[in-house]
Amino acid sequence: MNPPKLIEIRKNILKKNDELAQGLRTRFATHGVFVANFVSSPGTGKTELLKYTMARLTERFAVAAIVGDVETENDAIRLRKSGAPAYQVETHNMCHLESFHIEKAIAAASSQFRVEELDLLIVENVGNLVCTSAFDLGEDLQVVLVSTTEGEDKPLKYPKIFDRSDVCILTKMDLAEALEFDHAQMRASIDAVKPGMPVFEVSAKTGLGMDAWIDYLAGRVEEKQAVETPAWVS
Amino acid sequence: MRGHNYRSLYMHELSIALRAVETIVEDLADHSGSVLSVQIRVGALSGVVPDSLRFAWDVACADTRLSGSVLEIEEVPVRIWCEACQCEHTLPDADFVFRCPRCAASVTEVMAGRELEILSVELTEHESPQAH
Repeated sequence: MNPPKLIEIRKNILKKNDELAQGLRTRFATHGVFVANFVSSPGTGKTELLKYTMARLTERFAVAAIVGDVETENDAIRLRKSGAPAYQVETHNMCHLESFHIEKAIAAASSQFRVEELDLLIVENVGNLVCTSAFDLGEDLQVVLVSTTEGEDKPLKYPKIFDRSDVCILTKMDLAEALEFDHAQMRASIDAVKPGMPVFEVSAKTGLGMDAWIDYLAGRVEEKQAVETPAWVS
Repeated sequence: MRGHNYRSLYMHELSIALRAVETIVEDLADHSGSVLSVQIRVGALSGVVPDSLRFAWDVACADTRLSGSVLEIEEVPVRIWCEACQCEHTLPDADFVFRCPRCAASVTEVMAGRELEILSVELTEHESPQAH
């Protein structure tokens, strides 16, 4: 037997996911589609926030959603109440969405919406703050949600998802008083793991703080539309 | 994708192990022999737990030429750059507070710790039967 030999590989483990995500990003850029990926624990209120957000933005933009859950189509049904189309991905035991889910969903959803015609594609990820942090989906913006019921130290417990996200939304602010929610402590926790991260405090139930969030997201969508298709996109 | 055959992927490290095996099998298409070990680099901020990855490894390697291979993980701590002090710091294990340990300024520049990379594989090449 020959002695063992070392063969250099030097490749990112998630190369395939990242390449597919980059392909999606190019495709979205070609058609001026802004893509936002929403992550949180189960029960933080992603679907409620997104139903509200889509209902508000559907007059101004062509909006659609892809929603990932382990099982059931319940969340897509709830999101459709916004008036915008929503396509359900059932991951069947996978704890996160990968870029191949998005590619397949876009193809499968063509009877509900055509991605080329969209201004804003919302991706509601599987409720999970750990596994979702490793996979690029080709998005422009990753939003992490935390509710007032989850404790002010939640960002310190899940620093990786905060490191990976761009914006934080604090949900269920209508409960803040009853829960004696400590705004300053939560802000300090976020700032410790992601200095300078923009934070929106909202309640999808009462509409509290929603104007600032909607204005921010609409601004980002318009910003992308204003960018001319880069020359390298064929 | 092979991942679809597995019905229990609650641990995303199994997805990651499967992707690593796929990549290695492709890369070794021109090499013969069996894989003894695989060297992987995992950053503390990569979202991957080394112990879970080791746990998933044997399952991911089953029925491939990596079956029976040993996974060797090089763990990379988080290194940050403080603009104010103009110096680099290594954050202690499991402490992801992005603040300079010297001047306490907030730090946003992460120099290392997000790695998730296959470095190399150790391969035993059997001598061809004609050589005997």
